[in-house]
Amino acid sequence: MPRVESYLRGEELPHVWCAGCGNGTIVRELIQAVDQLGWSKDEVAVIGGIGCSGRTPFILDFNTMHTTHGRALAFATGVKLARPELHVVVASGDGDASGIGGNHFIHACRRNIDLTLLVFNNGLYGQTGGQLAPTTPMGARTATTRTGNIDPPFDIAQLALAAGASFVARTTTFDNQDQEMKRFIQLALAHRGFSLVEVLCQCPTYFGRMNGLGDPHEMLFHLRDETLPLEELPEVLHRWEEQVRAQTVSLEQAKGMLPEELAGKILTGIFCNEDRPEYTQSYQELQQSLQTHDKQEKAGVA
Amino acid sequence: MLPQDPYQLRLSGSGGQGLITVGVILAEAGLLEGYRVAQTQSYGPEARLGASRSEVILSSRPIAYPEVSEPDFLLSISQDAFDKYGSQMPEKSLILVDDFYVTLSRSESYPQQIYALPIIHTAEELGNKLVSNVVALGALNRLLGLVSEAHLKEAVLRRVPAKYRELNASALEAGARLGRPQAKAVG
Amino acid sequence: MKKRRLVQGNEACAQGGLYAGCDFYAGYPITPATEILEIMAREMPRQGRVFIQMEDEIASISAIIGAAWAGAKTMTATSGPGFSLMQEGIGYAAITETPCVIVDSQRWGPSTGQPTKTSQADLMQARWGTHGDHPVIVLTASGVRDTFEMTVEAFNFAERYRVPVILLLDEVLSHLREDIYWPEPGELEVIDREPPSSPEAFAPFGGHGFLPLGGGKRFNVTGMAHDKQGFVARGAQAAAGLRALMERIEGQTMTMARYSEEIPDDAETLIVAYGITVRAARRAVQLLAAEGLVAGLLELRTLWPFPAELLRGAIQGGQIKRVLVPELNLGQLVLEVERILAGQVPVARLGRVDGYLITPEQIAEAITEQAGPSAESKRQRRAAHATS
Repeated sequence: MPRVESYLRGEELPHVWCAGCGNGTIVRELIQAVDQLGWSKDEVAVIGGIGCSGRTPFILDFNTMHTTHGRALAFATGVKLARPELHVVVASGDGDASGIGGNHFIHACRRNIDLTLLVFNNGLYGQTGGQLAPTTPMGARTATTRTGNIDPPFDIAQLALAAGASFVARTTTFDNQDQEMKRFIQLALAHRGFSLVEVLCQCPTYFGRMNGLGDPHEMLFHLRDETLPLEELPEVLHRWEEQVRAQTVSLEQAKGMLPEELAGKILTGIFCNEDRPEYTQSYQELQQSLQTHDKQEKAGVA
Repeated sequence: MLPQDPYQLRLSGSGGQGLITVGVILAEAGLLEGYRVAQTQSYGPEARLGASRSEVILSSRPIAYPEVSEPDFLLSISQDAFDKYGSQMPEKSLILVDDFYVTLSRSESYPQQIYALPIIHTAEELGNKLVSNVVALGALNRLLGLVSEAHLKEAVLRRVPAKYRELNASALEAGARLGRPQAKAVG
Repeated sequence: MKKRRLVQGNEACAQGGLYAGCDFYAGYPITPATEILEIMAREMPRQGRVFIQMEDEIASISAIIGAAWAGAKTMTATSGPGFSLMQEGIGYAAITETPCVIVDSQRWGPSTGQPTKTSQADLMQARWGTHGDHPVIVLTASGVRDTFEMTVEAFNFAERYRVPVILLLDEVLSHLREDIYWPEPGELEVIDREPPSSPEAFAPFGGHGFLPLGGGKRFNVTGMAHDKQGFVARGAQAAAGLRALMERIEGQTMTMARYSEEIPDDAETLIVAYGITVRAARRAVQLLAAEGLVAGLLELRTLWPFPAELLRGAIQGGQIKRVLVPELNLGQLVLEVERILAGQVPVARLGRVDGYLITPEQIAEAITEQAGPSAESKRQRRAAHATS
């Protein structure tokens, strides 16, 4: 794929990610989405936090910034407001976005500022050796939950929705033939407002090994089996309250199940895609109305 | 002419009585009069509950140290404030208190010159207790002769919203009448 | 004719920022810095600039760094607890050579402490608050006009040296109102970021000029040790980068020293003061003079990098027999003064930590005490001489 390579910084390759890591898949889909939108590299900024996913900016030939742990959205808010013409993409891990950066995450959603956040959700802290993250499923083993996790996890997409993001989607690194991830990222990039694409991805090195999920290949099938596309659900299940945790039911089984039995599947799809006032736009309108007001007042006095 | 140069004032009351505003207005009027000025205040919770204070220095020369060290004058329009600051006043100083809301203990004899005037009552008669601070300002300026009444009025009008200008102008005048030379010192 | 205006310290700070061309302000409310936030909220949108109230101080400093890299002149203001939270971002700004201004209106600490009481106890935190060796410039001011000027200077230093600049105010100065001459446009120098000779030749780090993100050359910014292009550096390369970063600031120590020296030839005592405490020191010098004791005052406006040469120069000649360092903490600047004077003259400290200002009388008394009986008798002789 020469097209994808032309977006990579050759001097930064090979990247730091392990063999079989899902991050590369997400970066590839991001590149293709940008390419299909026809945006030039100069008008795109990619801002990362800390963690495996945070290394994304290094390898991409865009305007890039590798920031501090959890704060990528706050940095990005500054970049976007100071230079609204840039398309600003933020690459965060699940721990980066919902653990240390949880506060910035909900507030960026609330403002509905025109940023696209890609959450690389592998269910633990990979770069530091596989510790418990706010997204680790109940019962899962990590370096700090050797006998199984007792902390109930966050649902990042649900969090974004509740906090006010106007585009929220979830998918996985499992290629489900219809290029769902690329479609979602493309929609998110084109969306005016805060957009989140949460991508469930495999970390074979830690999550896979610690939980006996097999090689990267097998993990991808696992991702396929533990998720359920929204459109396949009975209407009632489109409601968020229906969605809980635990994940052992296959998609085929799920189709024949009662709603209460479906509890536990991770839903994928687009949960929200609404046109709502966007922050940089609202701020510019505020500037204009104040300036007009002041001008009129001055003219009135004079 | 200032009674003392520099002249140091401490303005005290309860939080919400507008003492900080009075300090700012007096500093502004002092500036219009051509003085160098410094205004400081107690701030935060202390300004919302209990005694609150604002301080002003007027001087014909640059002010090195901006806080009041030895007040020449104290205004207290609440008992709390008088209890807290009254005892700190030097002997040769002047104190102005509200005649109803501040009770002077009879057991003590005050070496300072004390004026007790119906400040809050006057504001109430004008229909708004909130202008007690401006009544006090009118009274203290007439007593002390710090700045011209025109400059004081200008400073007041700069700091109040348009719809309250008339009320505040009346409060200032009423205060000045209280502070006329016939006002008698009680202490 | 120029008119004097009654201005509050925090207002002078905010207006100084606007005067310097601050395009982007992000902040979070905190006593006693809140007025700066409120004035910026009122003024910036109507002047076509950007103001945003962030969710906390970490977000505030992160946002101004992001905005700085998008090309804006940026500023935030806070106080102790918020300043502690900002340390993470200050480190990032230092290693990424990000021009930005951070105002810390000091209050009594640690922790929540006494929010409405004053202090000068963040001096060392301003220098060393973030982890690792790093360059930073720390300025302070002692009056309202000075606050205006030093805010402008903070922007100038940030832009010229591409470094975070911290301006230390304190609760009393923040809320003090004084009459000042309002600086006219053009009266104070305002330095802007220089563009690179060409976008192609631009390296984001360790070089000259500045190009924003989206400015025509795609580069990487990172808080990791990095080379000139923003890619990871290790070992000797990381060490060289750090040394160069430090040298760029420390090598200019005297160029960026802002101070005032009021030292009479016959002064035997030198007061080294900074911030609001200068005001008490200046009055103390007057009080002592009235008693026939001559003291000098060295007011430091640039605190870090510490102008060691200036201090050594001030005691050169052997006339100064003793130094007093009054400050609103338990001994911070005095450590630096002691270190630099290295026992050449006795250095005494005067600290006050009850949340109120050191008074002129306390300084005068400390000096009389420090000067001892010989100075006392000399003082009396002089006084006798003066009256005879």
